[in-house]
Amino acid sequence: MKLKSDKDLVALREAIKKDKDPNKPCISICGGTGCRAGGGEKVRLAFIEELAKQDLAGKVDVLRTGCHGFCERGPVVIILPEEIFYERVATEDVPEVIAKTIMRKELVERLLYRDPVTGETITYNYDVPFYKGQTRIIFSDNTRIDPTDIGGYIARGGYSALSKALFQMTPEEVIAEVKKSGLRGRGGAGFPTGTKWRFTRDAPGDTKYIVCNADEGDPGAFMDRSVLEGNPNSVMEGMLIAAYAIGADRGYVYVRAEYPLAVQHLTLAIEQAGELGLLGDNILGTNFSFHLKIKAGAGAFVCGEETALIASIEGKRGTPRARPPFPANEGLWGKPTNINNVETFANVATIINKGADWYGSMGTESSKGTKIFSLTGKINNTGLVEVPIGIPMRKVIYEIGGGVPGGKEFKAVQMGGPSGGCVPAEYLDLPIDYESLGKVGSMMGSGGMVVMDETTCMVDIARFFLSFTQDESCGKCVPCRMGTKRMLEILTRITEGKGEEEDIELLEEVGAAVRDASLCGLGQTSPNPVLSTLRYYRHEYEAHIRDKKCPAHSCTALLAYSIDPNACTGCTACARACPVKAIRGEKKQAHVIDRILCIKCGQCFDRCKFNAVVKD
Amino acid sequence: MTESIDLSKVDEILKRYEKKEASLIPVLQEVQSCFRYLPEEALVRIGQKLNIALSRIYGVATFYSQFYLAKRGRHVIRVCRGTACHVRGGKSVLDAIKEYLKIGDGETTPDYGFTLETVACLGSCALAPVLLVDEDYYGKLTPEKIAGIVQRYAEGGQVEAQV
Repeated sequence: MKLKSDKDLVALREAIKKDKDPNKPCISICGGTGCRAGGGEKVRLAFIEELAKQDLAGKVDVLRTGCHGFCERGPVVIILPEEIFYERVATEDVPEVIAKTIMRKELVERLLYRDPVTGETITYNYDVPFYKGQTRIIFSDNTRIDPTDIGGYIARGGYSALSKALFQMTPEEVIAEVKKSGLRGRGGAGFPTGTKWRFTRDAPGDTKYIVCNADEGDPGAFMDRSVLEGNPNSVMEGMLIAAYAIGADRGYVYVRAEYPLAVQHLTLAIEQAGELGLLGDNILGTNFSFHLKIKAGAGAFVCGEETALIASIEGKRGTPRARPPFPANEGLWGKPTNINNVETFANVATIINKGADWYGSMGTESSKGTKIFSLTGKINNTGLVEVPIGIPMRKVIYEIGGGVPGGKEFKAVQMGGPSGGCVPAEYLDLPIDYESLGKVGSMMGSGGMVVMDETTCMVDIARFFLSFTQDESCGKCVPCRMGTKRMLEILTRITEGKGEEEDIELLEEVGAAVRDASLCGLGQTSPNPVLSTLRYYRHEYEAHIRDKKCPAHSCTALLAYSIDPNACTGCTACARACPVKAIRGEKKQAHVIDRILCIKCGQCFDRCKFNAVVKD
Repeated sequence: MTESIDLSKVDEILKRYEKKEASLIPVLQEVQSCFRYLPEEALVRIGQKLNIALSRIYGVATFYSQFYLAKRGRHVIRVCRGTACHVRGGKSVLDAIKEYLKIGDGETTPDYGFTLETVACLGSCALAPVLLVDEDYYGKLTPEKIAGIVQRYAEGGQVEAQV
């Protein structure tokens, strides 16, 4: 059935809503990659099977949604309409959940979230501190809709922003509204979205393209995947509105190849939108047409750079080129092209629906709205968090993230991935926005937040990121190709205890050259992790070089294990664990490690229950 | 090693694409999903049909990390080397697999049983350190768990993913 007007869309929405009883029990199961990897799919099938067994199949809905964000506690299940939150649900728990919670409205205590501080259980989704501290706009529907069914999105108001733009606004008004909202590109650079649209609209030419950059590649960042997997229609609606605003009639979503589920959900959404006449020719009966295709990437981090992404869609090696000309004037096949990130597009429908003033009420003076961060590393609550821009770092890490596990001390948070830098503990009260982060030598980037504790070596982290950028450097320009290689060599040398006094200066010199002379963002920002750790943790570099010690006891080459004879009980656990038989000693006598044989694998350290194995 | 391959499968794929440069990457992707790598004869045929020089095809095929020019193992182990896995000890897991299979990153065991790869991020950071064997995720790994996981695949049995 094709929708022929805005009224048809409203009628369809009403029809879908009428069919659905809001009080009908519904088991919403997170179908994001994190929960699936943890067995979420088996749990869903177990629910379906158990409901059938108890003759409840028609009386209870089972909903497989996109990512709920709280990956740490996966598989996550929410019982609607009450919003009862169950964590780490296993197939064995299924019959009890149905018997108690669905049938008798009783809680299954052991599946509830337990506050790590007070020890009290929390019943409802919205009371769990991880969710309570968030402002979920983009993720608002992620626990409520099945991403493989466009009907759910439409029922919750989907495509009403498109309809509003097409029937009540001119393209100029759409651009003005987006500009006024203060929305900035969520891919990392933070360029004002409305201005970018303006450039592409003003560029001469009849054929124009819209491209969605879904080549999310920063290690430790997965928000774009969750948006595409969980609510692909919200991204498509944003693209449609952008296309209408700039006068484009075709577009591409360039998706990272490692995200098969996102590709699958997007493919379905495109098919379903096409059947309803929300994509294709004469959308909602107007003379606006838009055709959307998916291009699957083939594994190259540099393709997240817009000119490299264009080359890749054209079928070439994905290498960047010098700008200008910018893609807004000369993009795909030389035509004006507007490229935005997934999260940027996902913001658009809300801005059109609720208005620029409402959107601008969240965030800071220069950075409006919300941003999704992926909170990972040494943190209790790994997951995706959506918060207003400008929120203090401390709130995200301690209130939402639950702090650092194992009683360890917080050391730094790395933001912006391989292009970003570290924010040390002294800046914990820094507001998270584009400018504040820039000032301390870090960046917003795509939103990766990797938390590090006292056991993380900052030289090793710099080396880790450099090995990533060096590997992903496309090789087109010399400063990036050679510079990243040389920096990596120096850093490797330092972590192996072979660093020399002048290495720090050399790193700074090479870093400055790579930053100033590289062709694209990948190279220009690649020295950031090194320069930022040098800025705040120079003493760690110096300890590696001068004292041949790793203060965090992380760099294997600089470690030595020994056994404290006073603490050792002679239980022999370490000697049995040692793969090279380097530990000797009689039962119930203090043991000794032979440092010549020792390969520093650390198994004795992990195995000892008496803290007798010492790292030095 | 060279094996003769069924080029009619390549022709079948090429039929569905327009004869232009933009078709190259999707064609290579489909051909690879058919043969699990890109055999040389297939690249020659693609070049002839799409009218693209073989040197250019080779350039594209070697640029993207998802294309393989050599035959791969029956099982592919992908170890996540993302930041979250790194700070939770991902490297020791990788070292344990290298040691166990006696192959390096990107290599295949002589019996074509396993191919070992590293990926930048699997985006399953809550399970860090994590790896994928074919389509199965294994999370919260330690070096000691490696032998058990690899053995189950080596014995030919498909096992349930365990976290």
